[in-house]
Amino acid sequence: MKPAQFAYARAKDLPHALALWAEAGEDAQILAGGQSLIAGLGLRLADTPALIDINHVPDLAGVTESGDRIRIGAMTRHAELARNPLVAEHAPAIAEAAPLIAHPAIQARGTIGGSLAYADPAAEFPACVVALDAELVVQGQGGERRIPAADFFLGLYETALEPFELLTAIEIPKAGRRRQTVQELVRRHGDYAIVGIVLAADVQGDTLGAAKVVYFGVGDAPVVAEGAARALEQGDVSAALKALNDDLDPPGDLTGGPETKRHLARVILQRAINALRAQ
Amino acid sequence: MTIDLNQVDRPNSYIGKTVPRPNARKLVEGRGQYVDDVHLPRTVHVAYLRSPYAHARINGINADAAKAIPGVLRVFTGHDLKDVCTPWVATLDHLKGMKSAPQHALAVDRAMWVGEPVAAVVAESRAVAEDGAAALEVDFEPLPVVADMETALDPETPVLHEELGDNLTFTRTHESGDLADAFASAAHVVEETFHTGRHTGVCLEPRSILADFNRSENQLTLYAATQAPHMIQSSFAKHLDLPEGKVRVICGDVGGSYGIKVHIYPDEMATAAISRVMGRPVKFIADRLESFTADIHARDHRVKARMAVDSNGKITALEIDDLTGIGPYSVYPRTSAIEGNQVVNLCGGPYDLASYKATTTVVMQNKAPMCQYRAVGHPIACAVTEGMVDLAAEALGMDPVELRRRNLVPDDAYPYTAASGMKFEGLSHHASLDKLLETMGYDDLRREQQALRDKGVYRGIGIASFIELTNPSPFMYGIGGARISAQDGATVRMDPDGSLVVLSGVTEQGQGTEGMLAQVVAESVGVPMETVKVITGDTQTTPYGGGTWASRGAGIGGAAAFRAGRALRDNIIQVAAAMLQSTPDALDIIDGAIKDRATGEERMPLAELGRIVYFRGDTLPKDLDREMVATRHYITSDYPFAFTNGIQASLVEVDVETGFVKLLKHWCVEDCGRVINPQLVDEQIRGGIVQGLGGALYEECVYSEEGQLENANMADYLVPMASEMPDMVIGHVETPTQESELGAKGAGEAGTAGAPAAVMNAINDAIRPFGGRVTRMPFTPERVLAVLGKVPDPDGR
Repeated sequence: MKPAQFAYARAKDLPHALALWAEAGEDAQILAGGQSLIAGLGLRLADTPALIDINHVPDLAGVTESGDRIRIGAMTRHAELARNPLVAEHAPAIAEAAPLIAHPAIQARGTIGGSLAYADPAAEFPACVVALDAELVVQGQGGERRIPAADFFLGLYETALEPFELLTAIEIPKAGRRRQTVQELVRRHGDYAIVGIVLAADVQGDTLGAAKVVYFGVGDAPVVAEGAARALEQGDVSAALKALNDDLDPPGDLTGGPETKRHLARVILQRAINALRAQ
Repeated sequence: MTIDLNQVDRPNSYIGKTVPRPNARKLVEGRGQYVDDVHLPRTVHVAYLRSPYAHARINGINADAAKAIPGVLRVFTGHDLKDVCTPWVATLDHLKGMKSAPQHALAVDRAMWVGEPVAAVVAESRAVAEDGAAALEVDFEPLPVVADMETALDPETPVLHEELGDNLTFTRTHESGDLADAFASAAHVVEETFHTGRHTGVCLEPRSILADFNRSENQLTLYAATQAPHMIQSSFAKHLDLPEGKVRVICGDVGGSYGIKVHIYPDEMATAAISRVMGRPVKFIADRLESFTADIHARDHRVKARMAVDSNGKITALEIDDLTGIGPYSVYPRTSAIEGNQVVNLCGGPYDLASYKATTTVVMQNKAPMCQYRAVGHPIACAVTEGMVDLAAEALGMDPVELRRRNLVPDDAYPYTAASGMKFEGLSHHASLDKLLETMGYDDLRREQQALRDKGVYRGIGIASFIELTNPSPFMYGIGGARISAQDGATVRMDPDGSLVVLSGVTEQGQGTEGMLAQVVAESVGVPMETVKVITGDTQTTPYGGGTWASRGAGIGGAAAFRAGRALRDNIIQVAAAMLQSTPDALDIIDGAIKDRATGEERMPLAELGRIVYFRGDTLPKDLDREMVATRHYITSDYPFAFTNGIQASLVEVDVETGFVKLLKHWCVEDCGRVINPQLVDEQIRGGIVQGLGGALYEECVYSEEGQLENANMADYLVPMASEMPDMVIGHVETPTQESELGAKGAGEAGTAGAPAAVMNAINDAIRPFGGRVTRMPFTPERVLAVLGKVPDPDGR
């Protein structure tokens, strides 16, 4: 299909992007990597009066270190995240997730900011930032504000971004001694996961201290498995697997019914624990 | 004089060698010309509004808003086109009792499946045409939906076409031997029900047509992505009321077909009808999304099977009950009964069976029409047969290879008539089996399987013997009244510089047909392959032919080209003999030059002969025949089809926690007769295997009870991708057909025919310790987990 007509404007800096957006109206869309948005427009699943292209806005891409955090620019591409040494050292889950996303052509264009703002519940990055206690930096006409990742994803393709607010960066606490892993089950490499998990914890013997268990593909947003996390902190894996019955209420989809998703969620938690312990 | 193709060191020996395809570089460099690359002045674009309902009355279509959009030129409904384009009914006379209903280019008053074209919007661009289609207001009144083929014939199910009386399109039973006695006296009787999932062919290039009706000449030119240009010509002429001679079909490069592009589609017919009305070129390029509901589907079968074996491991009977739902209309002009008919013809095919009974029941329903897709009926018949053989082996406690050895038709038994009535000229099941086992290291794999099983790793080995129907005679379609040529022709011409031009009725879909033809002609005339130019896909210039389907390109198109090349060679030598004051039997053509046959000494390059014939004909004897062009045709006549055979093996590992199946390796040994280009044949086998693996593991058109296709996009409809494909080892046994000098049979469907069966048997072999068995394709993780008892059965069994 061919997209319906839309206007296009290329922003030269952040204030310019916000000004263009205000001018084009609330329904205008920010064009980051365009790997979901352009396909959606082409399929006429999405419709927009205008695209505001932020690919040429300086300083939105790249990874920097500041104190006990790293800061990832919203326009940083998946391919860069997969090979960036700061990400590999301080947010290994992000580095592990990036190659799982689609294929090299998409990894070369797609951006972490775009992925988070799009908020696909089966995508890897939203679950990663929740599991890593990231803070999302957003810029609106009234200035900058910060949103904890845990409060950012409200539902299916729905986020805490206000109208005319643009995600500019993701700040992630350095992993330090905490270990992180991403595991997912996909029929074909690069597909959206049937079930995926991000597990982060301070591994001490059998116990997984301050465990974060975040699933993707099992709800309309990343799902934090609190019960499982508390059990893992006690070193009780079988209790954690059992706790998933209450933590998760996965809707069935084309990849499997609720029972299948629950079953796979248990399998993948066990595998994530094994992976974390093996690190 | 004939060429001994078995002699390896003969001159210009292109036949049997891997040589580069002349068109590969062009395609890789993006210089191919597909329909969408053709730009004619005054072209307009059409988009179709498709039914969102599986079954609905169309009470009215309001096009006011669409027509008001700048750039929208016209809107057509079914009523607007029904007098421009007559409806068609897809039946074949030799399929006794077959019935279907008239189908229009655009739905008239009633839509019968989700995706049926209901209205056309013509605009200056495709994007604006889509704007127009979105602005159409159609008053649909939903009607009861017939989705489930299992209940399509129940008395309480609505009849889709009242005039037909019921929803039955076709049924046929074939029976031979004494089944009752065989089952009564069997040592073991095994039974199972198999489902092959409805899926579709996903071509890189979607269906495309540019129709250009020129009123001044009363001429319709169709630039079409098709496998069968002459069939398209004939069908469009008939239903648009034009003489066949006034319809020209030009088929340039095609981005894959797989049987998808060998049918008459209502949207393509409507595009031509619109061009007829508007007198302008009209372009329709199906988009990927609409292709899912507008292209044909295939393979939706439920097969119940019973097999009897005696205590010696001799299969004594096979009974098959096939049910298939083909959508609301049989597809024109090949019909949608062929797939079920093939299941009847092909089940049990590799085996020496004393008794066989098979029934197919073909019913109508409100889903996308089904028709012939690569390896028509083969993967179904093979999965059922090979699944049953493995079950029988299990019942006997016998290795599945040993059971096959005891039952495959012996290699010295030919000619042989199967229990199904199919006639085989010469097959090599046992030689192929031996080669397969040696190649794969069967015994070592069995040992490794056992060792790994003790460590909780579940690997399985699946074997699947198959037969493949190729080189069809008129017994496939022609005798049923369809204007589909089983014969094909080739013209070979020598130009003044000694170069050759080949015109062939078979077509290039990206698979290398033109490369194959160049090889055959270069060798049969005796010239370097670089001097041969092949032209296909133009009804006005090429000899009349059937095109590319049922694996006939090499076996029939190649055989015709071989004959034409030999005829031209004889003509050239005749002229050379006169010029050189020699005799034809003393001369030969080698490497593009006339040579002395005895000494090999060069007498004259072909370019010199061409110069004299074309420009100094006055120097030749007046009565000398100097035809530097020859046309020959070929048709099979001794056998209705040239059957080939082969055997595949799959090695898989099943993750019994997740139900995931990892394809570790795949082997295929097949016998397509004379191999013309080993690499092209291997690519055919590999590509076919990949499509078979798609059907086994990934591809399924998932329909709701309301007849909605729920996964009609590339994210949810899973095509097999390179990352998941196993390493494949391909081997050959060559049993050339004696029907043609070339000896080539087809190879296009062998891979697809056997791959699903091999994978199914491998999975079941892997999970045998757990007692479950998968029989419903595709074998998704959920279905595997269900038979392992870990999750509820998604199919509610």
